[in-house]
Amino acid sequence: MTLNVDTPAPARPEGPRRASGHRSSGRGGNGLARFDLRATPYFLVSPYFLLFAVFGLFPLVYTAWVSLHDWELAGDKTFLGLDNYAELIADEAFWNAVVNTLGIFVISTIPQLVLALMLANALNKRIRGRLFFRLGILLPLVTSVVAVAVVFTQLYGRDYGMINWFLGLFGVEAIEWQNQSWTAWIAISTMIDWRWTGYNAIILLAAMQTIPKDLYEAASLDGASPRRQFWQITVPMLRPTLVFVVFVSTIGGLTLFAEPVMFEGNPTMAGGATGQYQTVAMFIVKEAFRDFDMGYASAAAWMLFALILVGILINYSFTRRIGGKK
Amino acid sequence: MLNNKRQGKLAAVAVMAATALAITSCGSSEPSKPAADGGSASAAAEPVTITVHTFGGGENFGYDEAVKKWNAEHPNIQVKYQNLTDRFEDVYLPQLLQKLQAGSGTADIVGIDEGAMGLMKARPQFFADLGQYGLESRKADFPAAKWENGLNKDGKLFALGTDIGGMTMCYRKDLFEKAGLPGDREEVGKLWPDWNAFMEVGKKFQAANPGKGDPKFLDGPNTLYNVVLSQEGPKNGNIAYFDTNNQLVIDKNPAVKTAFDTVKSFSEAGLTAKLASFTPEWNAAIKKGGFATMGCPAWMLGVVSGAAGDENKGKWDVAAVPGGAGNWGGSYLAVPAQSKHPKEAAEVLNYLTGKEGHVLAFQEAAAFPSSLPAQQDPAVADLKNEFFNDAPTGQIFGASVKDLLPLFLGEKHAQVKTAAEKVLEGMDKGSIPYGEAWTKFVEAGTKAAG
Repeated sequence: MTLNVDTPAPARPEGPRRASGHRSSGRGGNGLARFDLRATPYFLVSPYFLLFAVFGLFPLVYTAWVSLHDWELAGDKTFLGLDNYAELIADEAFWNAVVNTLGIFVISTIPQLVLALMLANALNKRIRGRLFFRLGILLPLVTSVVAVAVVFTQLYGRDYGMINWFLGLFGVEAIEWQNQSWTAWIAISTMIDWRWTGYNAIILLAAMQTIPKDLYEAASLDGASPRRQFWQITVPMLRPTLVFVVFVSTIGGLTLFAEPVMFEGNPTMAGGATGQYQTVAMFIVKEAFRDFDMGYASAAAWMLFALILVGILINYSFTRRIGGKK
Repeated sequence: MLNNKRQGKLAAVAVMAATALAITSCGSSEPSKPAADGGSASAAAEPVTITVHTFGGGENFGYDEAVKKWNAEHPNIQVKYQNLTDRFEDVYLPQLLQKLQAGSGTADIVGIDEGAMGLMKARPQFFADLGQYGLESRKADFPAAKWENGLNKDGKLFALGTDIGGMTMCYRKDLFEKAGLPGDREEVGKLWPDWNAFMEVGKKFQAANPGKGDPKFLDGPNTLYNVVLSQEGPKNGNIAYFDTNNQLVIDKNPAVKTAFDTVKSFSEAGLTAKLASFTPEWNAAIKKGGFATMGCPAWMLGVVSGAAGDENKGKWDVAAVPGGAGNWGGSYLAVPAQSKHPKEAAEVLNYLTGKEGHVLAFQEAAAFPSSLPAQQDPAVADLKNEFFNDAPTGQIFGASVKDLLPLFLGEKHAQVKTAAEKVLEGMDKGSIPYGEAWTKFVEAGTKAAG
């Protein structure tokens, strides 16, 4: 993608006025028309690439440059080379954030996608009030993340939260959900799942509806059970969509930010006293805007970028195999 | 805050782009800034708006009345005053630094907590030289230490003092009486000459409130810690986390260890409500009577009355603090170099940090004046605080700031403070075992300083 960025630039300034000067060579308007034919598509797609260059490519490159410095926010800047990366790799707090991020990702995304698949399958059947249910599962998506997080954080409150009240009915002691990693991970995962399961289900549902009906008819005639049809026809046919859903979930999960921040209740970005639920995105913000160490934060941002790439490659190799053992 | 998980990356990239652009653009614009733009002639012709940004909970800086008065008297210079947030270190300060770096977006006058003064002193390029506008003449109005903290590393005056902390103990009169303790502030003060006595009172109070939903004796680790640190610092070379060469001494300064140990003992004795200060839960507990005491510098009275609301008038009171005098907090006002009207801003700053501004702020938010003429003014010296049962706060704080030496705070004081107190909160809540807390505390402070 990045390779294409440069191409529109030279094409643009070659306006019609310039071309008209060379027209005397004899081939007439033909050259202009051909130029028009070749240049216009580039010109038309260029806004995207220009925006991408300004808001995507430039920050990417600039972050890399900053990450090579001891770059204090509103302060001194000294060139360090790769020292920030070396320090980061040895930094327990960073790896703690990575573990938290992966932990939350695993316990939120896997149930979420399985549930979304089941929901989509159910909604693909003939049921009463289908439109109502289809809209219903998408509804959580229109609420703001912050609102979701605030409400869930109250539900998970130590003293007056509904979840502790409910658990209390079975004699469970009041849990301070923020206090331990695994309880915090569960709490945060429920927020994510509540909001995103329906979204993924709708995408999978749309994909299911493109599967030709005659495949199912043929399978029925051969005596395949609905369950078998689901695993042998639906899931394999969904593969491209599943790959997409998994990619997007991976990117979203690894850059998780708003939910844990709101769950903490104050904007220190520490993710609990010992960073029990500090994600990598929080770590970056904390380093840059709480400890004012932009260089270190930039290095962490690049590490996150690398992590996402690795995550996507792993997930791709998994999803590629779905239904592939024919 | 990002409002969409999927767009998180995109938004983050956009933020980085904006920051990056800001960083590059500021390099070129800096040198041309200090020149005052708009001479006095044009300034008189059309009204100039001077914006003032501050921070703090409850009634914070207490400038509503002072600003109203100024605006009525100065049609040509209108002041717009806004309190941005109740959190300084992790909200106000990063935003201020970003705007300073970007070269635009700050107010014409900004409030700065003493904790960040070391950081600002080291960045003289961002602030107007107030000496240029004749404010050097104010030197005699301030205690020497407060004045000197407003000089940057080049020795130029860039900030003038607003309030000074002083130290008292706020307590819930009604809860004390219910627990069979005296309610009168003189008697309460006599109950606790030192922290050991305070602990004994606490145990008595807790014994009378054994239930799960009952109030706790103390709010949490933060206020107690800062009070003790402010008392012990002056006994140990007048420093906190950094020595005067800006070297980290968090593990060597006995004042820090004493403050830490005091918090630990109260937490272990189960006397804290386990609330971190300046959080919504903490505010709610002030209002609902979730705890009975908390350390109160003068400015904290405004935080308490603001959080508790009028319906709790008379329930809180102020007594002498165990362990003697100390100073926690107190702020400064400065004019960023990017201000378009530095001359007028300096005039307003002069007014707000002058006698009148100080007195009005004290009446509104109980923030005790650092200005000496204001301290001696009968309006301050004789003032009683209606919210706190008509406590003679002028007298109480006047006595507590006499001979006061504010601590030397290093350039990275704010970062170290945040990180270290986070560990205290964790210890109090139980996520860090008491045995490991000191090591974690030093580690966190060292990391934040690095």
